[in-house]
Amino acid sequence: MSGNATVFHTHGLTKVYDMGEVQVQALRGIDLDLYAAELVVLLGASGSGKSTLLNILGGLDTATAGEVFYRDHDLTQATERALTDYRRYHVGFVFQFYNLIPSLTARENVAIVTEIAKNPMRPEDALKRVGLGDRLDHFPAQLSGGQQQRVAIARAIAKNPAVLLCDEPTGALDSSTGIVVLEALERINRELGTTTVVITHNAAIADMADRVIHLSDGRITGIDRNGAKKSPRDLHW
Amino acid sequence: MIIKALDRKLLRDLAGMWGQALAIALVIASGVSTFVMSLSTMDSLRFTQQSFYRDYRFADVFASLKRAPQSLARRIAEIPGVESVETRVIATVTVDIRDFPEPVSGQLVSLPDDGRASMNRLYLRQGRLIASGHDDEVIISEAFAQAHRLQPGDSLRVTINGRRKSLTIVGAALSPEYVYQIQPGALFPDYQRYGIFWMGRTPLGAAYDMDGAFNNVVLTLRARSSLPAVIERLDRLLEPYGGLGAYGRDEQLSHKYLSSELKQLENMATLLPVIFLSVAAFLLNVVVSRLLTLQREQIAALKAFGYGNRAVGWHYLKLVMAIALVGVALGVAGGSWMGHGLASLYQDFFKFPYLHYRLAPWVIAAAALISLAAAALGAWQAVRRAARLPPAQAMRPEPPAHYRQTGIERLGLQGLFSQPTRMILRQLERQPFKALLTSLGIAFSCAILIVGSFQKDAIDYMVRVQFGLSQRDDMTVTFVEPTSSRALYDLLSLPGVEYGEGFRSVPVRLRLGHRSYRTGIQGLQADSDLHRLLDTRLRTLSLPPEGIVLTDYLGKKLNAQPGDVITVEVLEGDRPIRKVPVAALVSQFVGLAAYMDNTALNRLLRESNTLSGAYLTVDKRYQPMLYTMLKDTPRIAGTVIKQSAIDSFYETMGDNILVFAFINTLLAGTIAFGVVYNSARISLSERGRELASLRVLGFTRGEVSYILLGELGLLTLLGIPPGFAIGRGLCALLIRAMQSELYRVPLVTEPSTYSFAAVVVLSATVVSGGLIWRKLAGLDLVGVLKTRE
Repeated sequence: MSGNATVFHTHGLTKVYDMGEVQVQALRGIDLDLYAAELVVLLGASGSGKSTLLNILGGLDTATAGEVFYRDHDLTQATERALTDYRRYHVGFVFQFYNLIPSLTARENVAIVTEIAKNPMRPEDALKRVGLGDRLDHFPAQLSGGQQQRVAIARAIAKNPAVLLCDEPTGALDSSTGIVVLEALERINRELGTTTVVITHNAAIADMADRVIHLSDGRITGIDRNGAKKSPRDLHW
Repeated sequence: MIIKALDRKLLRDLAGMWGQALAIALVIASGVSTFVMSLSTMDSLRFTQQSFYRDYRFADVFASLKRAPQSLARRIAEIPGVESVETRVIATVTVDIRDFPEPVSGQLVSLPDDGRASMNRLYLRQGRLIASGHDDEVIISEAFAQAHRLQPGDSLRVTINGRRKSLTIVGAALSPEYVYQIQPGALFPDYQRYGIFWMGRTPLGAAYDMDGAFNNVVLTLRARSSLPAVIERLDRLLEPYGGLGAYGRDEQLSHKYLSSELKQLENMATLLPVIFLSVAAFLLNVVVSRLLTLQREQIAALKAFGYGNRAVGWHYLKLVMAIALVGVALGVAGGSWMGHGLASLYQDFFKFPYLHYRLAPWVIAAAALISLAAAALGAWQAVRRAARLPPAQAMRPEPPAHYRQTGIERLGLQGLFSQPTRMILRQLERQPFKALLTSLGIAFSCAILIVGSFQKDAIDYMVRVQFGLSQRDDMTVTFVEPTSSRALYDLLSLPGVEYGEGFRSVPVRLRLGHRSYRTGIQGLQADSDLHRLLDTRLRTLSLPPEGIVLTDYLGKKLNAQPGDVITVEVLEGDRPIRKVPVAALVSQFVGLAAYMDNTALNRLLRESNTLSGAYLTVDKRYQPMLYTMLKDTPRIAGTVIKQSAIDSFYETMGDNILVFAFINTLLAGTIAFGVVYNSARISLSERGRELASLRVLGFTRGEVSYILLGELGLLTLLGIPPGFAIGRGLCALLIRAMQSELYRVPLVTEPSTYSFAAVVVLSATVVSGGLIWRKLAGLDLVGVLKTRE
């Protein structure tokens, strides 16, 4: 897998939150490379810095020190406008609480992204890929949590992003629904070759990854490579 | 201790939303300041009028007559109820002022020889009173002195009774009898061309052939004496001496006009601020209610800690009251400052010698009460909604809102809209009531902008109709006394006179049933070209050969319909009393005149062709020469030049209208801004999460703004047309309140007024949009992903 092109490269990445009189060190020098088409799980407890790392990789937050490259883009030097374009054309997000627009149907929630993307798939195709081809015209309020999260995944992949960043995608779901969502993610990664980063505190999910990166107290404490990754269907928690 | 913590929360909440709180406070302040400004101005003017009347002993009864011996005064004093009597000589004069070519006329009023009148005393502004023994001294009205920059020591040439006399000005003064200085028959005061002058009784009597005699008498009455009884007795005493009918203050020219103007001002000054304050109160209610809806979870948390509904309600009530009180305080301060300025302006306009400005406590109390009640109501509604839920349920976020496709989309038109546009439309359709309230708020602010500025349109129109379509002459010439119609030919032969029509004008009292009104009948030439009667659609009405035509407002006052027979009491000459049928009612914006065919009026008065004056059209090139010749014609008592009258009207009225319109526009603009800004801020709070999610997905700030500001823009555009309609309705209401004997303002609103209102509202939207745009930069993109609301 390391033969593939490097998608993300970070060096000495540090993030300090200045909370008035207290300084919180969220990241303490992260050196990391992520490669095209791999599925990586960032595993860590609450407060380990995994969300901060994901936010910086996704262009939602900026580092205090160190550098982070997306391909040849230096994200540490990017302007707000450049970060917006970066998110718009290269990154797909999946959030713990889905963040769908309640006033738009499933199809329209996907369309809102494809309308501004450069080379999108059709919203209907994106929804078919996550198994929601028969729910195109349902509003979020008419869908279950798992279905809503799959709409969010469809929305994230519809723009054909280079990377898919998922922040606790199953955190709000029960395990059987969560597995359906993970299956969707796994299939996308397999079929489209989208670099996928999943952050979670749920160690069971780590078994489906190519690589598992352990985070604790703002540092990388270990990187495991799964010799034989499991299918999500075989996961239990 | 617990209460203290809550109060700290209150202060921090206030500090955190200071921008919004200020916008709300400004809306209240605008309403309150209009209210305070208008009502304190009115109150002060009334108070000033009363104290001026009292301190300078304004008479209670007035009567003019041909000529009576001085000895009659004693018999007048014996009438029961009379407190004091003063006999006077009043002469109509023409005045020649150096460097002022146009004819000037005025009234010369006698003062006792020592200058000290027992009633209608003069308030001396400059110089001194008349000294006895100097028969060429004159005091002139202050307004006239100002209009011509005359000073004590300057001289004045007047023509009294056809004889020239040179007088020396010793002082400038104001009198309660001539607060409103208007030439009889004129529509507006014109201080350059009409003046009031006071002279010693002996010299004026000598010049006017009134030695030992008088032609005018004024009385003051004892408390609780009967005015009609005194008038009746006085009329009987004066009848053999050519009495023209005594009257009380209500028919005294200055007082009548002053009261009418004050009444009109009062109606406007009450209605307009009530409209403003109601709109402000309504908006306050809407804004507060939406604002507190955002506090739903906090309210639930407080309840979970064990605070009762009442404690929670009181907490939020205090929050709202604090904002409202700031608004009231700002409004009272601003309103009294503007009120002082406005009252001074009116003091100058009405020629009061001084101004007693006062801000009555009840005005402040009423403004505060209305504002606080509106705020409290809004707060109560919102808190009640939140407090009704069990805490656990309220603390949970509201379930995902239910949306549906909008009507337009169900029609199959969805291809026309992008997703963000659909979001806007569905948001509106999901909460139509909220959208309606916002639009209604915007409509109201648009409406008060129209109300604030329509008066200029209406007055322009009134002047255009009155002086462009109805009175088409260039100048009106009045003879000293009714004259044979041959006098018209003399006028027509003057150089520069192109065309002329004679008219007969006679003072009358019209009666129908128990109603009566003192006015004048104008006898016009049949098919007059220079003085046309118009119907409501501005079509020319030809004057019927028989019967009398009444101004519609006069008809209403007398309750007279065409076909009714009214009694005409002529107040001139032999004072005949006749019955005349009402032939028609005619609509007219200015004055309360009655009209008859010239010949019919002559027949009614049993006189052969007689004229009181003439309407002339004049070649402009000959005007200066014509003025000089008219001034040298002793038979001519006065000349009104139309263009000068219009100019002077705009000069005096213009300032007042502009100041009033400016203040109203400013306040209405503030209200518009307050509404739009608050709506946008609240929408931002309500939809921040949604918008932040879109930012995360790669939407630019501009694209996200479109969803929020597009909704606001749409609501603004939807609000403007009903705003126009509401504005016109409020104008109609205001016009009804402004109707007076002086004039009835027509309901005319020009497109420019509408576009102005629309531009101000749109600007308020744009400015609010700009502020919101800056707020959008501060959306928390990370936080929104972690929380579920």
